[in-house]
Amino acid sequence: MARYILQHLSQTLLVLLIVSFLTYLLVDFLPGDPIAAMTGGEISGETYERLYYELNMDKPVLVRYFLWLKGALTGDLGMSQSYHRRVADIIAERVPVTIYLSLLAFVISVPLGIIFGIISAVKRGSAADTTVTLTANVCCCLPQFWLGILFMYVFAMKLGWLPSSGFVWPHENLGLSIKQTIMPLLCLAIGGIASITRQTRSSMLEVIRQDYIRTARSKGLKNKKVIYIHALKNALLPVITLMGLRLGGLVGGSVFVENVFVIPGMGSLLVNAITSVDIPLIQGCVLLIAVFSSVVNLITDIVYVYVDPRIKVA
Amino acid sequence: MSQANVSVEPNAKALLKANKAKKRKQFFRALFSRKIVLVSAIIVMIIILVAVFAYQIMPFDPNKPAVRDRNQGPSATHLLGTDEFGRDVLSRIIIGSRVSLIVGVLAVIIACVIGTTLGMIAGYFGGFVDDVISRVAEAVRVIPQVVLAIALCAVFGGGILNMSIILGISNMTVYIRMMRSQVLSIKERDYIMAGRLQGNSSARLMLRHILPNSISPIIVTMTQQIGGTILSEAGLSFLGLGISTPTASWGTLVSGGRAYLLTNPVYSLAPGVCIALLVICLNSLGDGVRDALDPRLRGEL
Repeated sequence: MARYILQHLSQTLLVLLIVSFLTYLLVDFLPGDPIAAMTGGEISGETYERLYYELNMDKPVLVRYFLWLKGALTGDLGMSQSYHRRVADIIAERVPVTIYLSLLAFVISVPLGIIFGIISAVKRGSAADTTVTLTANVCCCLPQFWLGILFMYVFAMKLGWLPSSGFVWPHENLGLSIKQTIMPLLCLAIGGIASITRQTRSSMLEVIRQDYIRTARSKGLKNKKVIYIHALKNALLPVITLMGLRLGGLVGGSVFVENVFVIPGMGSLLVNAITSVDIPLIQGCVLLIAVFSSVVNLITDIVYVYVDPRIKVA
Repeated sequence: MSQANVSVEPNAKALLKANKAKKRKQFFRALFSRKIVLVSAIIVMIIILVAVFAYQIMPFDPNKPAVRDRNQGPSATHLLGTDEFGRDVLSRIIIGSRVSLIVGVLAVIIACVIGTTLGMIAGYFGGFVDDVISRVAEAVRVIPQVVLAIALCAVFGGGILNMSIILGISNMTVYIRMMRSQVLSIKERDYIMAGRLQGNSSARLMLRHILPNSISPIIVTMTQQIGGTILSEAGLSFLGLGISTPTASWGTLVSGGRAYLLTNPVYSLAPGVCIALLVICLNSLGDGVRDALDPRLRGEL
């Protein structure tokens, strides 16, 4: 077990090293002079010089990369050119917001998705199944940003029940915070609920067909027991993989929701960084998001071994 | 004896041809046996036709501003109203279908060509080459797709071609992984060994023998990816990183209309309905292709 974890950990570290290198290379792939691109080209020679040395442009790529990596490992991701603040500080401010929303959405979507999936698998072919499957199929194709605007139009503008945008922490203003989080949370969770429903349903149907379920039934176990104890345990395995993917992807998915509802999180920060060609900020954001999702992947892998002993061989 | 051989061969060829035609027929029958797939196929066909004949069917010039008609709600002349420059929203939606379809298909083709090639090379040669390709693919996969695409926007910039390249790169790891494992499972079979003993080159073996044997999962993945890619393009355009004005794309239309939700909600909401409709139909068509081509893939992909 320890060897397995160690092996996966070292793999994750290697992948992260490659990610960091690729991320860093972004600068060199930028069209034209990176400093001119960053500042819009309207700067004095003096500022240019300063930036040139600040970004270590006088050194070869590999040296620059290692300098940046060394900084990144000690929590120094450089200075943001558009915010004129340390990248690490800006990110530290933004990360909790995104994590808070993502985790909430995750916590909502997992049980709901599993419940819907079981219902539609057990009642296969019934009206309930058709409704659930159809709704799930439609919901996972809806563009998140459009959904956000639709909610905003209906609940904020037409009905006036909810504030149309903004973000406040619950400890600052609980009522307002709840009101403000409802719409973004719905947007984030709907896709997750839909895809977990689909996965649970299909793997449930797969498992129900198998011999050991027939054995369990024929030895006279109650249908409920067969479904919830024997079938569900195995059916949830692929769902765990999907859950890991969803959680890792949630940070990316929040880009749209944060944009629509003007929420100061990582997603909106990344978009700002891109539109203002703020290279250190882009690198910091991408690196951090990659670290987050690979840590989630690692955890998924480890959880998998715990729930499915068959994998231990690997 | 020799005469019998001569007469058999053309027969065998004809039989093979008939067999292929029969298989194709079976495929289409299996594909359209489910009503939802048939309906999806028809809707997708309609959208493709709309895109092809966009200039013939749109009521107004999508890029011509008319200052006096700014921000109108839906009316008999402008069925879906007008935007902030007085341009007809319906016409812009019609022309926007081109962007979605072109980027969707082009990006998937780019992803497939690059990914399949890399995956095949990694699986076939193994060793160091495999290590490099697999690790880099893994690294790219770790970055969430949206984030990767956004970051690549900074490098490539917007526009239809660049968008396709960006989304192609962010989609290609699936093909690398798939092809690599396909090749690994096929590589050791007897017929590949026989082909090698006959003196076939590696490239020929890969293209003529390994690739055709892995074509089903590739086609399935491609059909299933188009919908998601269109969704990504719309998303990036919505964020202002993809297709930029004055070119109309469904994503930019949703974004452009959100400032005018109170005066003309249709401006922002209608293009989103189009995106959703197209993606839903493409996805169920993709599922149909998967089931018809190879039901065994159902669980795997």
